[in-house]
Amino acid sequence: MRIARMAALTAMAALALSAAACGEEGAPTPSGAGNGSDAPGGDTCQTSGTTFTPASNVAITGSPTYDKIKAAGKVSVGVKFDQPFLGYKDAQGTRCGFDIEIAQYVASKLGIDPTKIEYKEIPSANRETAIKGGEVDYYVGTYSITDKRKNDISFAGPYYVAGQALLVRKDETAITGKDTLKGKKVCSATGSTPIQKVRDEGLTEPENIVEFKTYSECVSQLLDGKVDALTTDDAILKGYAAQAAGELKVVGEPFSTEKYGIGLPKDDKALRDYVNDQIQAAFTDGTWQKIYDGTLGKSGSSATPPTLERY
Amino acid sequence: MGEFFRVLADNQDLFVDGFTNTVKLFLISAVFTLVLGTLLGAMRVSPVPALRAFGAAYVNVLRNTPLTLVFAFLVFAVPKLDVNIDYFPAACIALTLYTSAFVCEVVRSGVNTVAAGQAEAARALGMTFDQVLGLIVLPQALRSMVPPMMSVMIAMLKNTTIAAGFSVLEAGAIPAYMAERGEPQFAVLLWITIGFLILILPLVFLQRFLERKWTVAR
Repeated sequence: MRIARMAALTAMAALALSAAACGEEGAPTPSGAGNGSDAPGGDTCQTSGTTFTPASNVAITGSPTYDKIKAAGKVSVGVKFDQPFLGYKDAQGTRCGFDIEIAQYVASKLGIDPTKIEYKEIPSANRETAIKGGEVDYYVGTYSITDKRKNDISFAGPYYVAGQALLVRKDETAITGKDTLKGKKVCSATGSTPIQKVRDEGLTEPENIVEFKTYSECVSQLLDGKVDALTTDDAILKGYAAQAAGELKVVGEPFSTEKYGIGLPKDDKALRDYVNDQIQAAFTDGTWQKIYDGTLGKSGSSATPPTLERY
Repeated sequence: MGEFFRVLADNQDLFVDGFTNTVKLFLISAVFTLVLGTLLGAMRVSPVPALRAFGAAYVNVLRNTPLTLVFAFLVFAVPKLDVNIDYFPAACIALTLYTSAFVCEVVRSGVNTVAAGQAEAARALGMTFDQVLGLIVLPQALRSMVPPMMSVMIAMLKNTTIAAGFSVLEAGAIPAYMAERGEPQFAVLLWITIGFLILILPLVFLQRFLERKWTVAR
């Protein structure tokens, strides 16, 4: 037992080291339809198998972002990398998930081959800055459409509607919804909307609020028994539950509505309209459903396309 | 310009909470760091080989480990040993363990500035090691230790921001909150810089004061 613990400890230290080393964009990532299904372990990417053929004769007039993309012949897209089945990068460096495939779909509709996507891992707190500063051309990563954010950037979509829920250990019986959190340690990403909701509505005591940079760190604390629940959008939680099968479960009715949009530079109405049209096309022709069923849908819950907001 | 001041006015709660925690974290860690660091420094100059070896090993390991890893170790690895430390104490421990290595070296270099003859004379008078160090060497060493010690303390004050990544809501966590509230990042970062200036300037004045007070002609 002692030895096993020491081994676990050493592994953790090694992991922390490698995590620190990988803060920068490391090896070039094979993107697109990469499917490392022959690699061992649970850390392999599974794609829906949808193919994204770059569109020819794309005509978007009056979009500085598109002009830039066209001139460069590539597109830089902001994504998440630690959300299984949503925005994920596996040990082989392959990216996969619902958001990644939506990003690849949009790239293909902009006439860019999905393999030419330059992915940038932008944390939630820096998204507006990255879009405003032109660091990314668009952002696809559980990005909730809010009025406040609309002051800084534009949104196309929503392409998915999620809701805040709770992730707990499988043997947890006391936590069944948001009103059963009193006295329990609740974890989420630093300063994120879900944790601010927990704080504002007093769902648990302030000293029981735990915040880490990433949800994965919360999952680690949850599995170690240092926190009792992880709260954020159910889409993210379902991914973790599917990844740690048998150890975690999602509980509670969704207690918020999060409309995920594609973050675009503000005032680029031409691009927003175009992307909205393409999302609508994916809703109609079944591409969206195929992507969903092949990624998030694997968690066992079904979904139908939401209604676009062309604000 | 009005926008710049509005950011602070609208988010006072966050800035007050954040910087209060930063100060708490700093003061608690500073006390323990000075004690542990001085003890380690004493070990490194002690006549007992085992203590010297321990001091050297401690300094070499902690000084060569990034602070983030010390934090990660306490927060993610230690629970695997069934040891449960809360996040705020864990942050204090991480800062203390890490900064002590630097304080130890400041103490050691301070001791080295005291002429060997001083310690020899004290020993010749029959003083014990504790007396030699406490009455003769350290009081003199203290003077040359002031500026580097303040640098180490200032570095520690700024290092407290790493705790933001490990569930301690201090000044380093403010940007994440402000981004979610949709506030302009540039103004936020400027205010945090101003906050740290306000915290660090007293330390600088304390250093000047101590330097002037303890100055001696050599």
